[in-house]
Amino acid sequence: MKNNKTVNLDMKQYGMFIVLIAVFLIFAVMTGGKNLSPANINNLILQNSYVVILATGMLLCVLTGNVDLGVGSVVALCGATVGVLLIDVKASIPVAILVALLVGLLCGMFSGFFIAVMGVPPFIVTLATMLMGRGATYTILQAQTKGPFSPDYNYIGAGFVLPNMKAGNFNILCVIVAIVATVVIIFGEVRGVATKKKYGFAQNPLWQLVIKDGIFIFLVWFVMIKLGQYSGFPFVLVIMGCIVGIYGFVTSKTVAGRQIYALGGNRKAAQLSGIKTDRVFFWVYTNMGFLAGVAGVVLSARNGSATPKAGDQFEMDAIASCYLGGAAVAGGAGTIFGAVIGAFIMGVLNNGMSLYGWSTDIQKIVKGAVLLLAVTADLMSKRKKG
Amino acid sequence: MSDYILEMNHITKEFSGVKALSDVNLKVKQGEIHGLCGENGAGKSTLMNVLSGVYPYGTYSGDIVYKGEVCKFKDLKESEAKGIVIIHQELALSPLLSVAENVFIGNEQTNIKGVIDWTETRRRAQEMLAKVGLEHEDVNVPVNSLGVGKQQLIEIAKAMAKKVDLLILDEPTAALNDEESRKLLDIMLELKRQGVTSIIISHKLNELEYVCDGLTIIRDGHTIETLTKGVDDFSEDRVIKGMVGREMTNRYPAREGVKVGDVIFEVKDWNVFHPDDAERQMLKNINIKVRAGEVVGLAGLMGAGRTEFAMSVFGKSYGQKISGIVKINGKEVVLNSVKDAIDNKLAYVSEDRKTYGLVLIDDIKHNMTMAALRKFFSKHGVVNANDEILSADEYMGRIKVKANSIEQAVGSLSGGNQQKVVLAKWMLTQPDVLILDEPTRGIDVGAKYEIYCVINDLAKAGKAVIVISSEMQEIIGTCDRVYVINEGELAGELSKEEITQEKIMSCIMAHNRANAQQ
Repeated sequence: MKNNKTVNLDMKQYGMFIVLIAVFLIFAVMTGGKNLSPANINNLILQNSYVVILATGMLLCVLTGNVDLGVGSVVALCGATVGVLLIDVKASIPVAILVALLVGLLCGMFSGFFIAVMGVPPFIVTLATMLMGRGATYTILQAQTKGPFSPDYNYIGAGFVLPNMKAGNFNILCVIVAIVATVVIIFGEVRGVATKKKYGFAQNPLWQLVIKDGIFIFLVWFVMIKLGQYSGFPFVLVIMGCIVGIYGFVTSKTVAGRQIYALGGNRKAAQLSGIKTDRVFFWVYTNMGFLAGVAGVVLSARNGSATPKAGDQFEMDAIASCYLGGAAVAGGAGTIFGAVIGAFIMGVLNNGMSLYGWSTDIQKIVKGAVLLLAVTADLMSKRKKG
Repeated sequence: MSDYILEMNHITKEFSGVKALSDVNLKVKQGEIHGLCGENGAGKSTLMNVLSGVYPYGTYSGDIVYKGEVCKFKDLKESEAKGIVIIHQELALSPLLSVAENVFIGNEQTNIKGVIDWTETRRRAQEMLAKVGLEHEDVNVPVNSLGVGKQQLIEIAKAMAKKVDLLILDEPTAALNDEESRKLLDIMLELKRQGVTSIIISHKLNELEYVCDGLTIIRDGHTIETLTKGVDDFSEDRVIKGMVGREMTNRYPAREGVKVGDVIFEVKDWNVFHPDDAERQMLKNINIKVRAGEVVGLAGLMGAGRTEFAMSVFGKSYGQKISGIVKINGKEVVLNSVKDAIDNKLAYVSEDRKTYGLVLIDDIKHNMTMAALRKFFSKHGVVNANDEILSADEYMGRIKVKANSIEQAVGSLSGGNQQKVVLAKWMLTQPDVLILDEPTRGIDVGAKYEIYCVINDLAKAGKAVIVISSEMQEIIGTCDRVYVINEGELAGELSKEEITQEKIMSCIMAHNRANAQQ
């Protein structure tokens, strides 16, 4: 079977990625390269780790056509759980982490139960969990900050993997990671091309693939070299990488993932195609609770303490990330990749504006405007086609 | 002035080249109740939409003479201002608002400053309700606390509040039981005494016989004849002949070389109640059997309960308190969910592809594999995307879906191609029994032909196929046998030789009569 069909890469998928790079470069110019420093790259990753984790879970909610407003409060509640266990109960670190994740999971199941079984709209349920979670956090912590935690625990949020693997002032592990990532990217592309050839599917033009992979490989090396120059490979990046990888796979390659898209695209059609939509709803929200638990642990470890105000408005950052990443407001369309890019756009904006010296008040205005512009532009481009 | 309040002369209306109405004439006398009948799709509703200005002046040819003057309505508001009010089949009430609010919706009773005068609203609402025989109803309760029959009367009260001279009712009794229907018809007669002229569209010929003074029959966009009470024969047989007497053209591919096998699908003593009203029985003791390689039709009027039957069998997707037995391939099966139904090789292609069949924003490939994904395109929960592409490509060629590629969003396809994607979706689940609900609704003749070919192929492959259709032509052209369903009951069974439009209609009428006598 011979097939020489070619199709161009879908640029829409990479549009926001280009915007991310552009925003980063604009701030590099504005701040005179301050945001390119190794310390800042490290900061960018640590600061945004929990938003990325939350955006991953939030994307599933957004795919169903809904949002979870309660995640910021669940983040705080899970952090508070760790605080009480480590400081008051003197529990061991693994126990504290497990219990915190369990609390997150239970919060998710609580939302999931009311949404899937009782049929209450997600907006209402999660508005309730937002209030209840925050109230519970203040109650548990008696409105006080609990800390400091031991450095062993803080490692999760602020530590580095094998920090002593150094050659001179440079961390070798980062180079190894970069090499592995490069091999994986190239190998994956070659395998993809081979499969397409085997089945006779349309191919992307080679030059487009080279440019795409070239940019990705360049970025990996850029980040890794910066991290290597600083303190090495952050442990948070391991957690983040795993979560993004797993959820990227689940949403794009599994039956469960496809059921979420089908449900979001047309709930009635999904039901009549044998998809148990209530069950999908339940697990999407349970999963969101669990990931909020993960983010709660990471955040409290990074801060070295549990505060009642922790995670305030994180839900908004996570939701904005999904929409910035091209997810459809009505549900049924969006990718994990997009949500992660969206989260980093928010992060780079925050970071750049801080370095430039703009106050948080101005930052909020800019972030709001960017979100509004991005979604408007997305809608306009679709309308033109239709 | 002539004694006609309304004359519609030589009305022709085209939709992108297809004539929906062709030289139609309708004359309604002052003060009479005029019936309009014809098959589904004959053009009755189109005609009424022309009259009420939904299709504005200029989009049709011919003229409308109302109260002696030629009218050129631009929209619904203009025709309403002249006293022409249309009540559609689907109720246009706002369920949570009170009766009084609904009666004056869009026509609010206000004082000089544009503020709603509630006292006046309630007083006048009560007045209007009295006109439709609901003088004892509380105007402050929400409309959804009343039954469908009363809601229909409230629609009429709403029309009365607009100073109506010509009232048009489109299938007003379709959702009502006999008692409610009778009450509504009596109200119509009462309004007639008050001087209101009405046009009623209905499939229930006995009702038309009861209330109408004149009757116009439309078929395929043409006026066939107008009958006058006391002058012409008004009997059902006479009317049916007018409605269906048309020639058959060869629009259906012949089905050859099919071996009809054993009974592989059987439903026994099927009873279903309304999902929101546990007292209301929607289906009573339905029994059907279908053999392998056989195409069996479910005929009946809209709202007869055919879709409800199919969906209740298909994993209890409709109704409550469902009882009865389903046998597939000789084995009794319990289908509690759509997944059970799919696993037991039953497929249901919905009548409403956009709402129940497709994810419009997704592509052809994903839509085609949606129902079969778990069973045939995945291993341990991981999708095999390559097989998916191959199958989607194969079916796209096999049933002639016209699209650029399997990556095209189904929302951008034509109705016929969308329908083919839905068919492919269910064929990919490898069913033994397929229920096709209105498989050719709203698609062009060419695509229809191709879908009939697919039906033939399915029969040849030994599947049991059930076709639900409101187009009797289609039932006659495609089916080996027909069950006639009326008001949730089996009204009759016709073999291949017996299937004619007259036979189907008289089954329905006989059943209506039998019910009315009870």
